[in-house]
Amino acid sequence: MVNYATSCEQVWHEISNYVDGEVDAELRASMDEHFRTCARCASVLAGTRNVVQLYGDERMLEIPAGFSRRLEKRLAKDAVVKGTRWSTWSAWLVPVAAMALIVGGLQVTNMLSHRRPVKSQHAIPAKDIPPDMVVVVSSGAKLFHVPGCAFIHDKASERTLTAKEAMQEGYMPCPRCLRQYLKTGLTGEHGEHVARGEVDEDEGVQENIVLGAD
Amino acid sequence: MASKMSEPEMVLNNPGHAGGMREQDLILSVQRGQHELFYELVRPYERRVYAAALAILRNEHDAEDAVQEAMLKALANIRQFRAEARFSTWLIQITVNEALMRRRRERTVVMEGIDDRREGEESEYAPREFADWREIPSEALERKEVRQRLAEALGTLDRKYREVFVLRDMEHLNIQETAEALGITAASVKTRLLRARLMLRDLLAAGWEQGWFSRLPFEKGTKPW
Repeated sequence: MVNYATSCEQVWHEISNYVDGEVDAELRASMDEHFRTCARCASVLAGTRNVVQLYGDERMLEIPAGFSRRLEKRLAKDAVVKGTRWSTWSAWLVPVAAMALIVGGLQVTNMLSHRRPVKSQHAIPAKDIPPDMVVVVSSGAKLFHVPGCAFIHDKASERTLTAKEAMQEGYMPCPRCLRQYLKTGLTGEHGEHVARGEVDEDEGVQENIVLGAD
Repeated sequence: MASKMSEPEMVLNNPGHAGGMREQDLILSVQRGQHELFYELVRPYERRVYAAALAILRNEHDAEDAVQEAMLKALANIRQFRAEARFSTWLIQITVNEALMRRRRERTVVMEGIDDRREGEESEYAPREFADWREIPSEALERKEVRQRLAEALGTLDRKYREVFVLRDMEHLNIQETAEALGITAASVKTRLLRARLMLRDLLAAGWEQGWFSRLPFEKGTKPW
């Protein structure tokens, strides 16, 4: 092994890459030349290729007897267990969900029927007010108003919400700006007072028509 | 040669493959909830995933158990599989992870330390010179005795060489996939692969001299193995 362009050690170092076709053209040519003249390295190359060919054959991938059947059974069993889990879940999930719906429904009903205490002692039925109507309330007040109503307390703390939300928070409609919606909801003496604009929301006393803001 | 069959061919040529469904269709069906089709999907690869697990665990029972667990995990995570990856590679990587996790659980810290200290051995290996050798033709693999001899030779390799060799040359993962599956660098894969191939070449040549393959009906060659 004298004066090869590529030494035996270099060939051994690169022989795996050579078999995989991962050496550049120049090195490949140099190694090809080496294999032609070096019997030992040629045998190493042939043996390495033989190893790659033999072990790369599917017949080398043996599985124990019954392996496939056991794997299939295990996967099927898992599917059944998951199915059973689901069946078990679903068996009691449905009544539990139904119960949750009933309880939830009752709570919602309860919440709606037991809203926050009305802020005004002169709570006026407001069922004719469109629930999505935009209204304003202000802190410390008890009524909700149409935006721009002259009877709004503390305009600086105004906030906008829907009539439904305002009522859920315990606010009652302003008997002045929302009078038109209250006509059908008002009955008896109180309603008549309100209709005439004689009730002050905050004080609960007969108002002068020019009482100012609530 | 059987091993050279590409994956789509394996699926399409598999007569029992869910009525001839293509692999992509099967994957989509399983992802949509038809879990009963999953075994059909993994069946073409069961040998490969078993070989990967066996290379790491070196125990048939443990390897089979690891494969079963790995396949259940693959099924549980089937929605995470993306079409741009090879399904076989995805399965093998899950299996390798499962096997490595089991081995870590079972091995002591002392054992890991010993293996780590052997890293320096990877760099130099001079293949042996043999006066007589035979190339073993693929047809010889029909004989169980030959397959056993080859498996025994593989089993004598240190685990770091064996794992890389199995994933690269038997599972046909590329260098990068092998590196990712084992959590090592591509350079380490190449170095270990070279060493594994040369050691196996030496083992088989020595086996020839010892009469491992003496009943093989070939003409005597002239080159040294």
